[in-house]
Amino acid sequence: MASAEITQLRRQAAYIKKSLFEQGYLDGQFLQLEELQDDTNPNFVEEVVTLFFKDSAKFIANIEAAVEKTPLDFKKLDAYMHKFKGSSSSIGALRVKNECTLFREYCQQGNGEGCLKTFQQIKKEHATLRKKLETYFQLLRQAGPYETATSSH
Amino acid sequence: MDMDSGGAVALSTTSSTGSRKVGDRGGVSDQFPAGLRVLVVDDDPTCLMILEKMLRNCLYEVTTCSRAAAALSMLRKRRDGFDIVLSDVYMPDMDGFKLLEHIGLEMDLPVIMMSADDGKDVVMKGITHGACDYLIKPVRIEAIKNIWQHVVRKRRNELKEIEHSGSVEDSDRQRRISDDGDYASSAIEGSWRNPKRRKDEKDEEDEIEDREDSSTMKKPRVVWSVELHQQFVTAVNQLSLDKAVPKKILELMSVPGLTRENVASHLQKYRLYLRRLSGPSQHQGGPPNASFMGTAEEPFGSIGSFDGLDLQALAVSGQLPPHNLTTVQAGIGRTASNTGMGTSLSHQINMFNSNVQIANSSKIRCEQELNNKPMNLLHGLPTSIEPKQLAHFNRPVHPFGNMGRQVGEGNLGFLNSSSSIPLVSTGSSTHGDVRHCPRSSPLMMQMSQQRTQPAISQPQMQMQLDASMQQLRGQLLNEMVGGRVSGLPLPISQQMLSNEIAGQVLGRNGAVMNGRGIASSGGASINSPSYVAVSQAPSVDFPIRNGTELLASGFSTAATAGLPSMALTGMFQEATTVTGSLEGLNNPTIAKGSSYHLFNELRSSKTQDWELQNISHAYNLNRHMNSTRTNTDFGSSVLGHQGLGGIQKNGQNRYECAGGKGMDAPSGQDENGNLEMIMRGQNNLAVDNSFRVKAECGPNMRCENMLLTDQFIQDDLMSVLFKQQEGVGLVETDFNLDTYPVDNIQV
Repeated sequence: MASAEITQLRRQAAYIKKSLFEQGYLDGQFLQLEELQDDTNPNFVEEVVTLFFKDSAKFIANIEAAVEKTPLDFKKLDAYMHKFKGSSSSIGALRVKNECTLFREYCQQGNGEGCLKTFQQIKKEHATLRKKLETYFQLLRQAGPYETATSSH
Repeated sequence: MDMDSGGAVALSTTSSTGSRKVGDRGGVSDQFPAGLRVLVVDDDPTCLMILEKMLRNCLYEVTTCSRAAAALSMLRKRRDGFDIVLSDVYMPDMDGFKLLEHIGLEMDLPVIMMSADDGKDVVMKGITHGACDYLIKPVRIEAIKNIWQHVVRKRRNELKEIEHSGSVEDSDRQRRISDDGDYASSAIEGSWRNPKRRKDEKDEEDEIEDREDSSTMKKPRVVWSVELHQQFVTAVNQLSLDKAVPKKILELMSVPGLTRENVASHLQKYRLYLRRLSGPSQHQGGPPNASFMGTAEEPFGSIGSFDGLDLQALAVSGQLPPHNLTTVQAGIGRTASNTGMGTSLSHQINMFNSNVQIANSSKIRCEQELNNKPMNLLHGLPTSIEPKQLAHFNRPVHPFGNMGRQVGEGNLGFLNSSSSIPLVSTGSSTHGDVRHCPRSSPLMMQMSQQRTQPAISQPQMQMQLDASMQQLRGQLLNEMVGGRVSGLPLPISQQMLSNEIAGQVLGRNGAVMNGRGIASSGGASINSPSYVAVSQAPSVDFPIRNGTELLASGFSTAATAGLPSMALTGMFQEATTVTGSLEGLNNPTIAKGSSYHLFNELRSSKTQDWELQNISHAYNLNRHMNSTRTNTDFGSSVLGHQGLGGIQKNGQNRYECAGGKGMDAPSGQDENGNLEMIMRGQNNLAVDNSFRVKAECGPNMRCENMLLTDQFIQDDLMSVLFKQQEGVGLVETDFNLDTYPVDNIQV
């Protein structure tokens, strides 16, 4: 791949990342992950994010099932969401995390409607983030490791 | 390792499974905190992955676990395998706080809680359950980088507690003690100072040795065997606790060779233990007795199956409360059982016995891993001890697990302290046997350490015990059963045995037992043949690893401390740092086999110094030692080492440490020298408790003497331990003797 293309890819990836931060999808925790990445784990961030989305899909499914039950088991929902929140925050998924907080507040209030509404929002944010990060990592993969960035092939 | 949970358990390759990397590093302190062995428990795979990476980046050795049960079993298997635990609060299979308690009781490892929940009440809960820190998720790498401080702090605290055991505990206790006599007062006040003076006779020689060791007290220690303790409790009850003064107790007990000081210090510990019991969740007084010695009975029986556990069993037999047994039996390998132990254990464990118990439980669990040499050793022991112990065990044997809850700190603490207590034979005691305490000390130490933490310790103890048991087994059994450990009085031997066992186990497993497990010294003097480990241990190993637990736990530890520490140290060494403490040092030194006793002593004193100074060193050492020994041998070596403490006799050391298998410990061979050697390296860690349980060290042994009586006037065993260390003269240097609240044990 020509280095110009590589540069382009990287630039695009950088742009996505920047906008994710600006729009509040990601926060500083994501940067922490990036800092952890090193030669021994060159794809660490992507691995973590992939793991998160795989795991969170389960969470969402669980919560989905739980909100369909009536009456709503707030305690259980709160517990689920607590976990989900912890998970999301660990990769820096800020928006998702905030929605989780809101959801938990509704749970504590026993506000079923608020919970449902917030849950929809969570799903939405989650999906958006997922998509964007997928693109992001795809671009990075295409661009290849930094070492090869300069080599023209 | 068997992971109970089916969750994603990733054992990081870096985590040493038995072989210590430290050894590779040469046990150099400059590498510290690199190589810190961390266990991370979190059911969230994303978080787990991130934490693992962060920890690796900090050059720590990481082991991950996604299930609490798996984590516990891993901890139990490798008692000495970890230095610190990071755990999430909300986990599906077990509440993080419960796990925290378990770990605290059984392994006495520093635990850091994590959660996305930053609510004040949750954080408070973490603190009250004994977490040494609470991190809010998402965790940042800066926070991870700093976790090593908790390991160091804990060790330091433990050592301090030993030194200050009792001093800070109760002013009224002190008052009482003063009533008892000058001894008491002097003990209280400058107990750590006094011992030194008192040890004139031995001072000279000791001092020289101590210098190296710095925290060993050379006076022979009294090993508070189960029987002895029962006699003590009977006397106290006759007098009614409030009116119980050492002089009268002594008269009632009419045990030849027992001094008022011995009794005074033991009383102090006992009171401390009672206080603890009534404090956290138990009622006053009553149960303690039961638990105090209760452990003894069960352990014997059930322990049978473990090798390493044997040690514990032994230790326990005398000392472990019934529930230990239960745990042991039940638990084998299961956390659940441990849990059971918690409650009952707590009571018991706190008492001297607890140490044993814990040892037992841990042992039992360890059994699985250990060769199951079984309990023969224990079986033998129980016979001698059981009857007496049984008398006191009114408490039902609860699974260890409960212990955590109840005991919280108190019980276990007591146990821990008890370890030192057994040792009480402040040196001067003529009980030649007692001298061999070292062995028991370790156990005691272990026990004590464990005490605070619920249940968990059991398995761990067992493990450690196993290790030590194995070695001890052979010896102890012979000795104990005979009622007379070679040179050690049965009680003492029992203690020693327990201690040793505990110690060993601890050592073996990384000694969580540090304070806890070994605490069992009270009852089972694991005397491995010459170990009077009990007495000596205190300072040693235990503290280091379990750090404070031992000390804190107090009683048992103290009693056994003398021994256990030693024993433990020895054990630890092998086991690699009991309780994962950096103290690892403790273990390493466990001189192989040889004079466990000696080791203990050395350890105690040394530990202190070392500990502080060489936390890292210890850390390395442990690791190093662990690698060397890691296995069963450890047990034996520990025992051997234990013997070092006092018994140093080379021949003796051999003891029987489990057939001397592992005892290669040549280092321990020379009579005091070995121990020192061992201790040296390892002591630092182990000794931190500086339990200077005054175990009676055999003439050979350089019992660091944990002059229990002198120093232990203070209630807290820990303080006693510390004192002892001080007594040794060396200790002070390292540990600031400033009054350290005994109850400082990490909640």
